[in-house]
Amino acid sequence: MSPSERQLERQRFRRRRSLIRGAVAAVSTVLILGGLAVIVTQSPGWPRVHRTFFDWNDAKDAFPSIASAFVLNIRLFLVIEVLVLIVGIIVAIVRVVPSPALAPIKLLAIVYADVFRGTPTLLVVLLVGFGVPALELQGTPTSLFWLGVIALTLSYGAYVAEVIRAGILSIHPTQWASGRALGLTYGQTMRHIVLPQAIRRVAPPLLNDFVSLQKDTALLSTIGLVEALRQAQVISGHYFIFTPYVVAALFFIAATIPLARLTDFLTVRSLRRENGI
Amino acid sequence: MAETVLRADAVRKSFGDQEVLKGIDLEVTQGEVICLIGASGSGKSTLLRCLNLLEQVDDGDIWLDDQEITDPRIDVDKVRRSVGIVFQAYNLFPHLSVLDNIVLGPVKALGHKRADAHDQAVELLDRIGLADKAKAYPDALSGGQQQRVALVRAMAMQPKVLLLDEITSALDPMLVGDVLDVIRALRSEGMTIVMATHEMSFAREIADRVVFLCEGQIEEIGTPEQIFTAPRSPRTAEFLTRYLG
Ligand SMILES: Nc1ncnc2c1ncn2[C@@H]1O[C@H](COP(=O)(O)OP(=O)(O)OP(=O)(O)O)[C@@H](O)[C@H]1O
Ligand SMILES: [Mg+2]
Repeated sequence: MSPSERQLERQRFRRRRSLIRGAVAAVSTVLILGGLAVIVTQSPGWPRVHRTFFDWNDAKDAFPSIASAFVLNIRLFLVIEVLVLIVGIIVAIVRVVPSPALAPIKLLAIVYADVFRGTPTLLVVLLVGFGVPALELQGTPTSLFWLGVIALTLSYGAYVAEVIRAGILSIHPTQWASGRALGLTYGQTMRHIVLPQAIRRVAPPLLNDFVSLQKDTALLSTIGLVEALRQAQVISGHYFIFTPYVVAALFFIAATIPLARLTDFLTVRSLRRENGI
Repeated sequence: MAETVLRADAVRKSFGDQEVLKGIDLEVTQGEVICLIGASGSGKSTLLRCLNLLEQVDDGDIWLDDQEITDPRIDVDKVRRSVGIVFQAYNLFPHLSVLDNIVLGPVKALGHKRADAHDQAVELLDRIGLADKAKAYPDALSGGQQQRVALVRAMAMQPKVLLLDEITSALDPMLVGDVLDVIRALRSEGMTIVMATHEMSFAREIADRVVFLCEGQIEEIGTPEQIFTAPRSPRTAEFLTRYLG
């Protein structure tokens, strides 16, 4: 059946309106960004800023070594993200399980969350990075990589645990009851019903924490890991230019974009599936 | 004489210092449909939740067949597998498709093979006319369809007793009929059912016995005929006149 005359007219109007809106958006974007560019580039200090921060040749020279240093950042945050998720889920579950047998572990989980959320991440990095090896205990790791992994996992695990706990508590109690009523055990209900819903619900804040974590791998330069920021620092100190920092910044930004798109994708997919759109 | 499936004996339950169930005695025989009626807050939901061990009784005992299920040494998960319950809303798991909702219990709690559970689920869905919704997610179903799926999900566990807690009261009146049809079908298959309801005409039609609950006590038990036409207790009469207008 072909659409009615009225419907065709509505479609024509909508098309015209969206064209006009697109044009307005384009013009205003160009005006504002162009205006900003003019203000910045006309400022008296711009030539110097341009030379030190945005020099194309410096950037090209710094790129390869910063790129290879950034591989370390990637390795770090991939490992840490997995560990943080595991620690976060375990701590969150320990805190919500109503079992009295777990009381001492629960207390431990509360203290852990309080302490590590309250301590500046940089401090945790320094304490673990320099403190743990100084103990000279058998079996404690001495590799800087793993010390760094431990420090950031401790710090971010505490945040993520709280996010996941909030997610678990936000699931409607009838979901618990329905699971238990089907004869599923507490653990099965948690694993198959509550946790999947909780994680989905908190995915955006969770990925937000991961974005923050990816940037904070730069803190590990303080214990001597030569990652992207440290590498930029080295070049910058050598040639008295700041462009390498900008290059490093671009790497960090680039690394967060996949995460942001992943969040969008997951959100849209679960919306689409669950609402049948 | 049909045998007793479920029996409550002087069951008491308090929340804080509010006593919600003040000694409930109830016997449910095989294949019987019992309707619980009573004012809001009279303890209908609490009683059903106690029968399913979702709430712990404070005193008295509950028997399923010849087993005392209020015994703390009992495996509550095992008991719940044979006592199904459907609530007013939020029964279905929104992150699982209709089919997976039904398959989950038999596979995880009963240890059935996934393929078998799948076939059973498809057949159950077919019977309630929702076979084409197997892959849909709960939020894409109407409220009435959701409740029908919740009913067959409970049935997939092949319970000895089915407890229904006002499963139509959150529904648009237009959708109530389909859900009641499923309950009628279950009854004709010989399912033992205990249901709390505000649908008086349905209670009258389907119940073998009607239980009037008032302030945590059973005020009156009788056949629907007797309760609705010749209530013995003045409180039952008052409740019914208020309800039926
Ligand atoms: N988990 C709980 N904690 C505290 N009080 C509760 C709890 N559950 C129920 N109650 C109280 O117990 C009383 C009986 O509640 P119940 O839900 O059994 O009533 P009901 O007969 O099902 O009512 P309705 O017809 O409104 O569903 C109410 O006063 C209620 O406030
Ligand atoms: Mg109720």
